[in-house]
Amino acid sequence: MTTSVIEIKQLGNWLGGQWVHKDLDLTIQAKEILGVVGGSGSGKTTLLRSILMLQTPKVGSIHIFGTDIIKATQAEVNAVRRLWGVMFQQSALFSSLNVLENVQFPLRTFTRLPPAAQQKIALLKLSLVGLPIETATKYPAELSGGMQKRVALARAIALDPELLFLDEPTAGLDPQNAEALDNLVLDLRNNLGLTVIVITHDLDTLARITDRVAFLGEGRVLAVLPLAQLAQQKQPLIDTYFSGDRCKQYRERP
Amino acid sequence: MPALSQPAIKLDASTQTIVCEGCWRVSESLEIVLSQIKQLPTQSKAVIDMRAVEQLDSVGVWVLSELIAQQSTPSFTPVVQGLSAKQKELFELISPQLKAVDSPLEKISPPDWITRLGKNSIIHGLQLVFLITFLGELTLSFSSTFIRKSKLQWASFLNTIYETGYRALPIIALLAALIGVVLTYQMGQQLKTYGANIYIVGLLGVGVLQEFGPLIAAIIVVGRTSSSFTAQLGTMQINQEIDALRTMGLAPMQYLVVPKVLGLLVAMPLLILWADIFGVLGGMLISKFMLGIGFYGFLTRFPATIELMTLFNGLIKAPVFALIIGSVGCFQGLSVEGGADSVGKQTTRSVVQAIFLIIIADAIFSTILPWQALS
Repeated sequence: MTTSVIEIKQLGNWLGGQWVHKDLDLTIQAKEILGVVGGSGSGKTTLLRSILMLQTPKVGSIHIFGTDIIKATQAEVNAVRRLWGVMFQQSALFSSLNVLENVQFPLRTFTRLPPAAQQKIALLKLSLVGLPIETATKYPAELSGGMQKRVALARAIALDPELLFLDEPTAGLDPQNAEALDNLVLDLRNNLGLTVIVITHDLDTLARITDRVAFLGEGRVLAVLPLAQLAQQKQPLIDTYFSGDRCKQYRERP
Repeated sequence: MPALSQPAIKLDASTQTIVCEGCWRVSESLEIVLSQIKQLPTQSKAVIDMRAVEQLDSVGVWVLSELIAQQSTPSFTPVVQGLSAKQKELFELISPQLKAVDSPLEKISPPDWITRLGKNSIIHGLQLVFLITFLGELTLSFSSTFIRKSKLQWASFLNTIYETGYRALPIIALLAALIGVVLTYQMGQQLKTYGANIYIVGLLGVGVLQEFGPLIAAIIVVGRTSSSFTAQLGTMQINQEIDALRTMGLAPMQYLVVPKVLGLLVAMPLLILWADIFGVLGGMLISKFMLGIGFYGFLTRFPATIELMTLFNGLIKAPVFALIIGSVGCFQGLSVEGGADSVGKQTTRSVVQAIFLIIIADAIFSTILPWQALS
């Protein structure tokens, strides 16, 4: 039995008259936290959208939990969708539902738990991501960006997914909340056996939580290595990415 | 993947042990366990055995905590046995959060009628104030465009004429022709009984030129344009594009609203004339077949019975309708706040208010214009 959760082979995405990805290969192991980095426009979001089936790649194959999501039937694809949770960069909360209803939504749609139980579980998730209970009855538009992020995370983990996608999870959070979110992701991985894919530019988060980091550039994955080793790479793009003053401390780490 | 077994609990009465088994995950039927928990008798000193539970997730932990709570008395808390190390860690991660779950939610009871009345009065009053402010601002922006020659956004102005005027031509032609057909058909049936077929020309001319042409054109423009103004400005408001304009020192009124309203002011009379032409053509077609009035007869009779003033009585409504549609559409767009929900609400409101005001304005015109003719 294979332990890879996602296997991407020879992926090619043709967008706006150019190859965003060409011959992109990436394998994500079970129970690892994989960071995805790369300069702006290197196709991080396009990669995420391909994996999430929001966009069909031109060539190549993507296997998730052993299912080929490009060739699979609608039923198989939906079974895969039930196993993941996604936290979008812009939170993507439903603006017509309040915070509690947002988190309760997947529970209401996909389980037969009684409403009272759904509500308690939703409150539990909100409390796990560190939101005070008073926010439960507010609407997304009434919350700050950082709070919306946390609600989005609560919604992503509402069904205890096996695979969690986080797109810029700590952007817009204050350092304490960012750290709390890092810890939460680590806890969830350690206790629930989650596989996490996190797209971020936050080097602190990368250093604290990721097991490996995939560096995207030139339409391919240039390297998949633990952050400390990745920062030592001499490949020009990677070298430039980690060459600033902000990254000094990560380069010098043994 | 091996098939996962159903979650369940069993009570072993001899040892007072509650045996839990199966897969305690949210994807399984945990609701069965919940109902089983409710039926359990409260033991004096129960032991909860979790050894047979294969998988446990955070929802499973919550169910377990419900079981513990159900079995607890003020002086006794049941012992949980057989959790694996990982499961214990998860339990410790979740359980501190549980008291938050049980704290009661702030109940939002619907306000009583007097509160609602007050709230609604204030909201509507404020809306009126905002509307007046908006109209004042619009007037000032207009005057600065014309008097102080502030820069007009030509691209946006011409685009509005193209989008709201040119692109509406086919649908307005079709609907105006249909209205002409229907009007002639209904009136023709009455006229036929008196043998007064030829009077259809005058009736249709006045009806279409003065009432139906302007009204049909206006209603279609409300549906196409007022709603699109609201949706566009509303989405810009949500994306903070309007705030961005403001911080650059550009008044959204001058930059976004004025070219739209000006564009409509140009397009509207042309559309009304267009609707008039097709309304009359539709009527002319049906009167040939139904009332036996030939095209030549119709067209020679038309200028003889209809004064040019009738056409102008219809066209004079155009600027008023254009102002109503443009300002209501833009006003509602700029009043969007919050999210997608609000865009939908304001768009509905924009269309309803614009049609409402147009019919009121039309009624005022229809009663006032004849007076002028008399005096």
